[in-house]
Parts: sequence; C-alpha cells; structure tokens
Amino acid sequence: MIPEFGYAAIGVAFGLACYGSVTAALGARTGRPALLRSAQHAALAIFILIVLAMALLISAFLTFDFSLRYVAMNTNRGTPFYYRITALWGALEGSIVLWSWMLALYTLIVIVRYRRRQAEFYPWVLSVMLGVLAFFLLVMTVPASPFQRMTPIPADGRGLNPLLEDTGMITHPVALYLGFTGVTVPFAFAMAALITGKIGEEWISATRRWTIAAWYFLSLGLLIGGWWSYHVLGWGGYWAWDPVENAAFMPWLTGTAFLHSVMIQERRRMLRLWNLTLVILTFGLALFGTFLTRSGILSSVHSFTVSSIGAFFLGFIALVLLFAFGLLAWRGEHLRAPGELDSVLSRESAFLLNNLLLVAAAFTVFFGTIFPLLSEAVRGVKVSVGAPFFNRVNLPLFLSLLFLMGVGPLLAWRRASRENLKRNFLWPVTTGIVAAAFFFVLGVRSALAVLSLALVVFVAATITLDFSRGIRARIRTGDRLFAAPGNLLLRQNRRYGGFIVHLGILVVAVGITGSQAWSLQGEATLARGETLQIGRYQVRFDGLSASEESNHFKVTGTFTVTNDRHGVAVMAPARKFYPQEQTPIASVDYRIGLKEDLYLVLGDFAQDGSHVTIKAHVNRLITWIWIGGLILTLGAALAVLPDRRPHRGNAR
Amino acid sequence: MSRRRKLLAGGAVIVATLGYLIYAGVSQSVVYFVTPSELKAQPVSGKAYRLGGMVARGSVRWEPRSLALSFTLTDGVASVQVRHKGTPPDLFAEGRGAVVEGTWSREGYFRASTILAKHSEEYKAPAPGAPAGYQELLKTLRKPQ
Repeated sequence: MIPEFGYAAIGVAFGLACYGSVTAALGARTGRPALLRSAQHAALAIFILIVLAMALLISAFLTFDFSLRYVAMNTNRGTPFYYRITALWGALEGSIVLWSWMLALYTLIVIVRYRRRQAEFYPWVLSVMLGVLAFFLLVMTVPASPFQRMTPIPADGRGLNPLLEDTGMITHPVALYLGFTGVTVPFAFAMAALITGKIGEEWISATRRWTIAAWYFLSLGLLIGGWWSYHVLGWGGYWAWDPVENAAFMPWLTGTAFLHSVMIQERRRMLRLWNLTLVILTFGLALFGTFLTRSGILSSVHSFTVSSIGAFFLGFIALVLLFAFGLLAWRGEHLRAPGELDSVLSRESAFLLNNLLLVAAAFTVFFGTIFPLLSEAVRGVKVSVGAPFFNRVNLPLFLSLLFLMGVGPLLAWRRASRENLKRNFLWPVTTGIVAAAFFFVLGVRSALAVLSLALVVFVAATITLDFSRGIRARIRTGDRLFAAPGNLLLRQNRRYGGFIVHLGILVVAVGITGSQAWSLQGEATLARGETLQIGRYQVRFDGLSASEESNHFKVTGTFTVTNDRHGVAVMAPARKFYPQEQTPIASVDYRIGLKEDLYLVLGDFAQDGSHVTIKAHVNRLITWIWIGGLILTLGAALAVLPDRRPHRGNAR
Repeated sequence: MSRRRKLLAGGAVIVATLGYLIYAGVSQSVVYFVTPSELKAQPVSGKAYRLGGMVARGSVRWEPRSLALSFTLTDGVASVQVRHKGTPPDLFAEGRGAVVEGTWSREGYFRASTILAKHSEEYKAPAPGAPAGYQELLKTLRKPQ
C-alpha cells in the first residue's frame, strides 16, 4: 500500500503547488485576498502531504519493506536503527524528498512572517517558492520517485553505502540542504522585487537574515563534509576538489559575495543589478549543486542520457535562469542605482574587489568541474584537471581575499583619507611584517607559508584593533569593563558577528597552511613486532584480529605507538568487509592534537596475520580547521540574531 | 582619466589576470585520458596521463617489503608496463579494469602515482553463500597464533 499512498501524496502535492503558484500570482495581480488565502492553504496542505510521504518512506525503511526499490537499494536487515532513518537521504530520490520538505517548511515560515509585513512582495514570493516546490515535486513523481516498486521483491536489500554509516552523514546533507533551500527565499524576494518594480533596498533588508542563515548552514555543511572526508575516507585529507565538494562550494562563494555586496547597497544604494545577478547565480548554483551531488553525472557526458533526471534538472535550471535574467533585462532601465563610487580607496571598492575575486573563484571552480565534460563534448578528447588546477588558480585568489579581509572593514566609506589609513593600518601592517620575520626566524622556509601566516596575523591585528576601540568606546559611555565586550557583540551583532566569522576564516587558513606545508606520510609493510618511524612516532605492529559486526566483517590491526616524549598509545585501524560491496572499506584510527594528528590506515594484510601494510599520516595543525569552522559558524549565528541597533533612517 | 574609465581599466586588469591564471592552470594540469594503444602510438615522456586498460593475467608482481608493484595494462591491441610504489588498491586484480595516473618514463614504462581500480555500481542481490569467503578469512584469523 505504501507506494500507492506515496504516489498519491506526491501527485496531489504537485497539483497543489502548481495551483498555489498560479493563484498567488493572480492574487498579486488582482489584489483579491481570497486568492492569496487559497494559495496559503495549498502551501499548508503541501507541507502535510510531504510529511506524510516522508513518514511512509521512514516506516518502509523501519519495516524493511523491500518492495520499494529505494528501500532495497539503501538498507538491508543488518543496517542499524538510526541509519535506517537517515538512509532516507542516502541517495538521490530521498534527498529530493528532504529538499522539498525543507522548502515547504520555509514557505510556511515565510507565510507566517511576511503575510502582513511585506504585503507588496509577499504574494509573488509565495508564488515563486511554490513554483520551485512544484518542480521538486514533479521530479519526485516520475523521474526520481522514491516510491518506485522493486520486482521481484528481494529477500534482503543491498544496504546503505557503508561510507554513509557515519554520524557526519546524518548531519552533513541536512545542513547542506538547509543552506541550498535557504537560498530560495532571497531569490524569491529578488524575483518579487523585479516583478513589482520595487527594486530598491527593501527586498535586501527583508531577506538579510535569511541569507545569513542559508550561509550558516552551507558553511556548516561544508565543514561537516570536510570532517567526514577526513575521518571516514581514509586518504588523509579533507578536501579533494571532487565535483561533489565543488558543487557545495560554488554557491557558498557566490553567497559570500552576495552577503558583502548587499552591505554596499544598503549603505550606499549601489550595485542593484549586481546584487540581483548574484542572488540569481547563487540560487542557480544551489540547484546545480543539488543535481550534481546526487546524480553522478560528471563521470562522463554519456551518463547524461542514462537518467532522465539530468535533463529535468538542466531544463529547470535553464528555465530559472531564463526567467530571472529575462526579468532583469525587462527592468533594465530601472536598475541604475542612485549611488556612485566616489574613490578607488574606499570601503566600497574594497568590497567590490572582494566580490570580483569571490565570483572569479566560483567561476574557476565551475570551469574546472565541468572542464572534462566540455572537453569531451567539444573536442572529443577525454581530459581532466585535478586538484593541482584548483590549487594553482585559487591560491592567489584566496590570498588576495585574505588581504582584503583585513583592509575592507577598516577603510572609510566613500573616500579613505591619509589620516584614516594611518590610524587603522599602521599598527596591523607593522605587526604583520614583524610576524613574517618571526616565522622566518622560527625556521619557516616556505615563502607561501610565511606569506599566508603573515596575512593571518595582519588581519587578526585589524580585527583586534577594531574590537578594542569598540570596547573602549563602550567603557567611555558607561559600560563596566567586563560587560563591555558582551554588550558590544550583542548591540552590534551584525558587525561583530562578521568579524568573528573572519576570525574563524583566519583560524581555518592557519589549519590549511599547516596541513599543506608540514604534513608527513609514510607507508610500509610490517611483520609482527616491526616498527614504522614517522615524524617523532614509532608505530609497532602487534597483531591482527577479526570480528563479525551486525552488517559487516571487520579485520582490525593493533599498533602500539610510542613517541619520544609522551609514552604509549594503542591504535586499531581496521578494514570492513560488507557483503554488498566489492571493496573493503578502511576504518581509520586517529589521535587528534592541536599541533598534529596521527592518522593510521590499514592496507593489505596477510590472512595469517603475519604482516600488514600500513599507511601513516602525521597531519599538522589540521585540528585548527575544525576549530576555525566552529568559530565561523558561531559568528554567523551571532550575525543572524535580530538587529538591536536603533534603525538609522537613511541607511536602511 | 575619468572614474568610470579607471574602474573599467581595473576590471579589465582583473579579468585578464584571471584569464591568464585559468589558462596557465589548465595547460599545466590538464591530464589526458588514453588507452595503451593511444599511448604507444605517440608517447611523450614527462607528460601526465590517465591510462585506462585491463590488468593482464599473470602480469602482477608485488613485493610487500619494498612496496614495489608492477603489472601490464592492455586494451587487447597494445600493452604498457606500469610501475608503482605502494599497496595495490582493494579492487585491483588481474583480469579487471584499472586506471592509472602518472607519466611515461624515458626507460619505456609507465610510472604510476595513483592507481584507481574500476568497479561497477550495479546492484546485485547477494547470492546464497556469497560471504563464504569472509567466513574462511574469519577462521584463519581466529586461529591461535
């Protein structure tokens, strides 16, 4: 019965989404509140129907209903309880269900929040959001239905992809999708602004916090993804420039650009066209990301034809871009912004440059990701550009961005005077130069590492400078010493949330620099009792044991690690053999430290346990990437709090 | 120069720099996918390739001590000797497909830096008795040592 109910729920929800989208648009044109109310009821019904579809799927997972193809493909009788629930978003079909559920939820929140407040935009926002929802429901009906039947019904399922049996994979897709879907709200507001012709600053103020929230979730998703890659995949790294990673990174880059450029528009009423373009691009890339991460399209152009989902998604992305840029062209003559750039040396121009660099980085990543497809389609030659391409091209961009991160926030608006420059930069620049010399004396010989670390110190100094001035100002106006920092953060949460995000990025940059410059790797085949020397560690192979787990078979190596100072640790990297997989899965063992991680991966082994091949990584400073990521998300969370400052008439 | 001109000039400089970065990046890191016959037809030493083929039967030699791995990749027409330092990946076996990344060496073999074994994502219902191999493994490992 589950497939019938499921199909019915999705089908009806699709119909309602189409109806609601059209009705909301009609309501906007005619101004009849009854039409709008009807569209709102449709949105509520859609949400309930999607929840029903999700409940059906989850119950199918929990009861091992292998008559559903999606269940049979993504679980088996050995799959642990929690992973049977999260298997829901283990592959394309269920991910689309999750996407739609989030979007329907966001639509309800928009209805509750903006029904009265944004009377002019609201009907169009509702119409656009329901339109996007209709597309995802359409995808669920036929091309990627989670309710497709499986005949004959197998006795057992294939099981969840073992790499996904990890807590990171429970949270990572959820965070990422909350980010992807969150972008829909600013996009819908931008469309509403274009349709109504009110292309001033209102749509930006209305969606500011939505944008930050979406950015927060995207960052969190990327962060958890990196951590998952590091501790599950067993290759010793956290970012491989894999198309799937790039897919999430591109909207993050354009979203970051958008977050910065809206500040200029709010403040100086410039860049209207640019901001609309950025939000359209970000939404387009979020759609593209959803499609890339789950379809495996990038292995070859030829796999395009295999599933119809590719054509569906590309068609929809094309439609969205055509519609959005069409509106943009239609409103073209109204988009000349009243504000103008006064000077090259101003905060505006620093932000503008930051925007160009971020968009350039997004473009490079896009180009590198689709390059194999382009080349195969255009020249018929199979080529690829791997990690070296992305690293080489993005490195100068990211270092420049780091530099701008220090400069931008402390330059004066409109025109920076000599006085402003001296006051804000004399001390940080000096600190940066001293730091560079210090690192050199300390023995850092990689020019790149010195440059990157000196930039980090410079930016940190600018932030410290600004923060201490803010605190002193608060103390002058009567705050106590201990209360001042907290008050400063809460009263100007947007500004200081942003600074905390910047601090987080700096800490991440330290982690990336350290892991790139100083990590060590070693690989050896060891007989029992033999040791591998890596860095200051001796890794001794003690023996091999085997065990049977609920859904796999596990071979564990035992290694005693000694190091010159800290004594002994016993580490147990393993290999897991899943019956449904042709290949064993490495189970990494690691010891995490602030200075370095020791990371062991079990390789080939003799069946009698006499010898094993072991890969060892000493990864320097990697932990700071996770710490920085945490700081960054905290900053974003602070910035997303409601603005407490009294509104300044002109600035809003 | 007017402000507008200055901005345009600045933008042009940035776009040109980016274009150069991408062009240099592509030309330095592009990797061609070739078959053994294509490689044999015009091998260029020092150039990066991705070489795909079948691991010839009876060709795999692995020395666990030195981690020296050598084998022959073939496409039925031509075959190429591949050398690598490291453990063979999990799916790697004679008679199976493999893709190797590396360079053609002057001495007439392919020096692989990475080996990717090919495997299919096709769903197969577990055949009865299929995990028997693992049970065997379990037994040998549990033997008192």
